[in-house]
Amino acid sequence: MANRLEIQDLWVSHEGKKILRGVNLTVPLGEVHALMGPNGAGKSTLGKVIAGDPNYQVEKGRILLDGEEITELEPDERARKGLFLAFQYPVEVPGVQVANFLRLALKERLGKEPPITEFYARLKEAIDLLAWDEEVLSRYLNEGFSGGEKKKNEILQLLVLKPRYAILDETDSGLDIDALKTVARGVNSMRGPDFAALVITHYQRLLNYIVPDVVHVMMDGRVVKTGGPELALELEKRGYDWLKEEVAGA
Amino acid sequence: MPENLDLKHIADDYRWGFRDEIEPELALKGLTPETVKKISEAKGEPAWMTDFRLKALEIFLKMPMPKWGPDLSELEKKFDDFYYYVKPPAKGPAESWDEVPEEIKKTYERLGIPEAERKVLAGVGAQYDSEVVYHKVKEELERQGVIFVSIEEGLKEYEELFKRYFAKIVPPTDNKFAALNSAVWSGGSFVYVPPGVEVEVPLQAYFRVNTAGFGQFERTLIIVDEGARVHYIEGCTAPLYTTDALHTGVIEIYVHKNAHSRYTTIQNWPINMYNLVTQRAIVEEGGYHMWLDGNLGSKVTMKYPSSILKGRGARSEVLSIAFAKTGQHLDTGAKLIHQAEDTSGRIVSKSISKGEGRASYRGLVKVSPRADRAKANVECDALLIDPESKTDTYPYMEIENETAQIGHEATVSRLADDQIFYLETRGLPEDEAAALIVRGFLEPVTKELPLEFAVELNRLIELEMEGSVG
Repeated sequence: MANRLEIQDLWVSHEGKKILRGVNLTVPLGEVHALMGPNGAGKSTLGKVIAGDPNYQVEKGRILLDGEEITELEPDERARKGLFLAFQYPVEVPGVQVANFLRLALKERLGKEPPITEFYARLKEAIDLLAWDEEVLSRYLNEGFSGGEKKKNEILQLLVLKPRYAILDETDSGLDIDALKTVARGVNSMRGPDFAALVITHYQRLLNYIVPDVVHVMMDGRVVKTGGPELALELEKRGYDWLKEEVAGA
Repeated sequence: MPENLDLKHIADDYRWGFRDEIEPELALKGLTPETVKKISEAKGEPAWMTDFRLKALEIFLKMPMPKWGPDLSELEKKFDDFYYYVKPPAKGPAESWDEVPEEIKKTYERLGIPEAERKVLAGVGAQYDSEVVYHKVKEELERQGVIFVSIEEGLKEYEELFKRYFAKIVPPTDNKFAALNSAVWSGGSFVYVPPGVEVEVPLQAYFRVNTAGFGQFERTLIIVDEGARVHYIEGCTAPLYTTDALHTGVIEIYVHKNAHSRYTTIQNWPINMYNLVTQRAIVEEGGYHMWLDGNLGSKVTMKYPSSILKGRGARSEVLSIAFAKTGQHLDTGAKLIHQAEDTSGRIVSKSISKGEGRASYRGLVKVSPRADRAKANVECDALLIDPESKTDTYPYMEIENETAQIGHEATVSRLADDQIFYLETRGLPEDEAAALIVRGFLEPVTKELPLEFAVELNRLIELEMEGSVG
């Protein structure tokens, strides 16, 4: 089906260990979905596998983007189709200036060299939205960035590259409340009919600021429950144990 | 034969590997006093220079091959097989490209030299095999007394000045290859910048080797007088032959009181070239000298740009890049010799080893007893692209003054999968991601290059990195 990110019966292993055991998940364009679950449920693995991390082996199942199977594509090919992963632990690339890197990435995203005026307009808009200093553009990519700055930088890239589908992997972890609000403002500004996001988070906190349309809960490598925003609140109140019992009893 | 297959592959990669069909006027093979005398005679040199050359040859023949660095045993057997002097069919340095023989002019056009001259340079010298075929400095600089001529013209026209400095910074006894160069030197530049004159845009020399089995022995002498300023840039390429070639240059730079000089070289040799170069500067009180050294290609490179900080407060920086691929051993580094108080120096060495390539850092920081408060900082970083890539580090320190502050930092890193994946998720194909990481690694050095050269170097790195991962 067009206009959606679709995961069908996805089984994935890492260094011989099974991590995902039949994930089914659909995120249509225009919606923001939250993916919650206890530690070790496989949330981050799912994010990395959708982005094409070569360290994980897909044993079975399919990933479809706008109806097209991307399970075997290289990470850069997926990115050029409009997929974006905001990393839980963004990687440092010394000596590569943020602005320079963004220009190269935007060139790949657009399939051509962006006109210089358009490029700077995108940068300016993103920087302003994040209430950041332009000085960050001349710094080296994530090198010497604080944990919070690294997360902010992921959102800066999101805003400049304007992907159709974004996966945010624990973007809230390690952020203070102000940084959290800033990041949420960035993501919310992207919301619209041509954008979908899968927000991976451990806590309900972020979801006060990025209110999801749908909440999924993962456990032991599978999506075990799907509901509305109220599901996140319930998890916040009651923890995951009741759900574990429910799943075990089913 | 695997070697030939390898060469064919390299010939496709090495875009400067074209050769011209040009018959030289004179070609001298073999290393004998006869060869040396003929070179001197062909250049119409004064007797003192002929004697100097012959003595240097004796020194060369007596000195043993250096045993501490890369393997030179094959080279040792080949000294008599090289052409030591190849005179192109040109009438000496022309001052207009129109006077340069058509075929040779075409070569430089393919290399983009006349274009760069129009756009970004204050002067250009172009050497083809043994002789300089073109030399021109902007008129305005000429009026200010700036001399930028071939080394031969320097000797002919400014003999007294020439003699005062020539071989004083690098004497023939310095090392075996300095002795070899002293015996058979040909071509190179002679630069003099008068006191207080600031040459804002760079002067450039371009060395092109065309003849097979040729040895290029250019000799460059740069004198930057008190308070003057200059930036000299040198570039080198050669066609690719199946026989080995030899490049043995000697660069001498004298930086007078409060003068400021930079010497930048980007060498991109085919991978059957022995590149054995001696570069040394003497820096007087308050003076500054920068060596910026980019080494790509060659079979073996041995090059350790040195700065002797002779006067109080003299400063020097040596920034270098080495890129070694399979079949290459690049042994590069730097020397800082602190001889006076308050002198300071910095060495930044960046090396990349790919395939089975080997890049070694070899450096010396020496602080003499009278060099109070000398400061030196050494940073050498190695990046390994493949599991079989090699690097090693030989940092020598001879510190004879307790007040000296010396820092040394060395890192070895591997091209990291997580960096590649991160960049790929932003749409960069794997090759480009790897090239970007390498460019970033080199950034602390490349940012010091004039923009045009930084762009060119980055392009070279991209070519070197093609097909490197996956």
